[in-house]
Amino acid sequence: MKLKPHRLLAKVLVYGTLLLIAMVWTVPTFGLLVSSFRSADDVSRSGWWTVLQNPAEANLSLDNYRIVLGTAGDDPRLKAKIRAGQENINLLTSVVNSLTVTIPATVIPILIAAFAAYGFAWIRFPGRRPFFIGVVALLVVPLQISLIPILRDYLKLDLNGTFLGVWLAHTGFGLPLAIYLLYNYISSLPRDILESAFMDGASHFTIFMRLVLPLSLPALASFAIFQFLWVWNDLLVALVFLGARPEVEVLTQRLLGMLGTFGTDWHLLTAGAFVSMVLPLVVFFSLQRYFVRGLLAGSVKG
Amino acid sequence: MASVTYEHVTKRFGNVVAVNDLNIHIEDKEFLVLVGPSGCGKTTSLRLIAGLEEITEGRILIGDRVVNDIPPKDRDIAMVFQSYALYPHMSVFDNMAFGLKLRKVPKAEIKRRVQEAAEILGIEELLDRKPRQLSGGQRQRVAVGRAIVREPKVFLFDEPLSNLDAKLRVQTRAEISKLHLRLQTTFIYVTHDQVEAMTMATRIAVMKDGILQQLDSPQSLYDYPANVFVAGFIGSPAMNFFNARLVRGDGGLVVDAGTFQVPVPASLLERYAAYEGKNVIFGIRPEDIHDPAFTPPDISAATVEANVEVLEPMGNEVILYLSSDSHSFGGRVDPRSQARPGSKMQVIFNMDNMHLFETDGDQKAIR
Repeated sequence: MKLKPHRLLAKVLVYGTLLLIAMVWTVPTFGLLVSSFRSADDVSRSGWWTVLQNPAEANLSLDNYRIVLGTAGDDPRLKAKIRAGQENINLLTSVVNSLTVTIPATVIPILIAAFAAYGFAWIRFPGRRPFFIGVVALLVVPLQISLIPILRDYLKLDLNGTFLGVWLAHTGFGLPLAIYLLYNYISSLPRDILESAFMDGASHFTIFMRLVLPLSLPALASFAIFQFLWVWNDLLVALVFLGARPEVEVLTQRLLGMLGTFGTDWHLLTAGAFVSMVLPLVVFFSLQRYFVRGLLAGSVKG
Repeated sequence: MASVTYEHVTKRFGNVVAVNDLNIHIEDKEFLVLVGPSGCGKTTSLRLIAGLEEITEGRILIGDRVVNDIPPKDRDIAMVFQSYALYPHMSVFDNMAFGLKLRKVPKAEIKRRVQEAAEILGIEELLDRKPRQLSGGQRQRVAVGRAIVREPKVFLFDEPLSNLDAKLRVQTRAEISKLHLRLQTTFIYVTHDQVEAMTMATRIAVMKDGILQQLDSPQSLYDYPANVFVAGFIGSPAMNFFNARLVRGDGGLVVDAGTFQVPVPASLLERYAAYEGKNVIFGIRPEDIHDPAFTPPDISAATVEANVEVLEPMGNEVILYLSSDSHSFGGRVDPRSQARPGSKMQVIFNMDNMHLFETDGDQKAIR
């Protein structure tokens, strides 16, 4: 099949623009990645792109990662590179802390929101409409204004500084969007299927567990990505409700701490940044086939 | 095995009356078809039996039991949906077994019933497949199978054939009729297609605007439609209607449609005598309009001159689109007819099968 000239031009324009946008977005990240493998001296002496010009003399190593992950051990060569105050960076602990915060803070709101969305979509009860509008209206409340009141309640309840406290906070802040997104999807499931199950003798709970949950997988996955990324990258909520004690410190706090302590050590900061990006990338790529479908949730019948 | 009875059933959605004072008694083992144009309340009527809609007024009985307040699952009914409503993530077997599992039917019994239903429908090889791997016709069978395994007292069908292609529809129509004979159960079937209604039903209920127009056997509906709506709805191509006047002619009554006058046969004079001098609607079916060269013997023939507008040869017959001044009408004539588009021809009306309707109100048939 041969394309007509103007069609070809249009294609070149479209793909050219896409390529340009992709470059603009990825080049800085790529620069960070390259820098994270370079030594401190190299980073301060020359730009990362010199590596591309002279790959043979690049002198790349995993040293930075070993330092920030605290796996340098007794290697004298690495010890020489570690300056005072850098001995205990140990990002691994904060990765574990971040996971401890993020996984329940993703799962809990999804469970609650899926139930709520099904109820709003398919169970008739008085006040359903106003109640739902109320929940969706909560989307406009900025979480910052609720930090202090919640903190005061947490102090009374003795939840401050606990993981449970952070989970609940993230759950609360995530629920309106979660309910709204899942409602859109669940309410667009074909009515016939649910009615058929209803006539088959299924209760609402059975319909939810056996039909709605499996059929809503794309929407659930897409919200899971949203919530995971949001909680993983969150600094404010963790800082307020978890505090900055080293044993509960999450990754974002640790990175911030590194920036404060040795703001000029780019080689370590870039390595730390990449450590923090690995998990979101894994989550995104393992769920991304749902992500695209999930964004279309409810907009087209499929 | 049960009868179904609507007693003064009304269903309102807000201010809209979907079903208006419906009274039908459906006998045990009957195949009742609810038919009508879209929005006539036929599907709502079915959903009222299913318990998917609440009844605003009146009662519905299944057998001797009033089911108004009984939840769908306890009504002992099964429904086949237009969209089939199969559970997309379950295998065919699980689709059919779902309702039985929920009812805590023993595993062996479930297996037996599903197997049996699959045999009846010829889908034994498909039991492990997912709905998306099936063709439209196969999905339709699975949907029917899901209803069969429940062994309900009443089967409800909501336009189950409308998503199938024309050939498959004809084939499945016959299969559903066979199924009815085999299962010996009450079937209630909703469709907008009068051919489906005519071919399958023991009785047909014609509905319009939420009101039952006529309830009778297919042949009676065809022969004695109660009003203009039923007359026009049943039969294809539809009956021709002419605004006319019943006047006294030589020796009897004559239907005067302006551009043509046709005599009322002697056998019908008594029936229509009271309407002499009044405006009426004259109806005649296309199959009662003949080419003069191929007119059957022993009919009360009346000759009308008409222009041939369009000609549709069907092989076994020819459909003529005719006009006479401002009237246009259709005829189904013998395939050997020599009619040509644009020409004038004489056509013969078989007046034995004429229909007259009142012009006012419900346009009732004059009997």
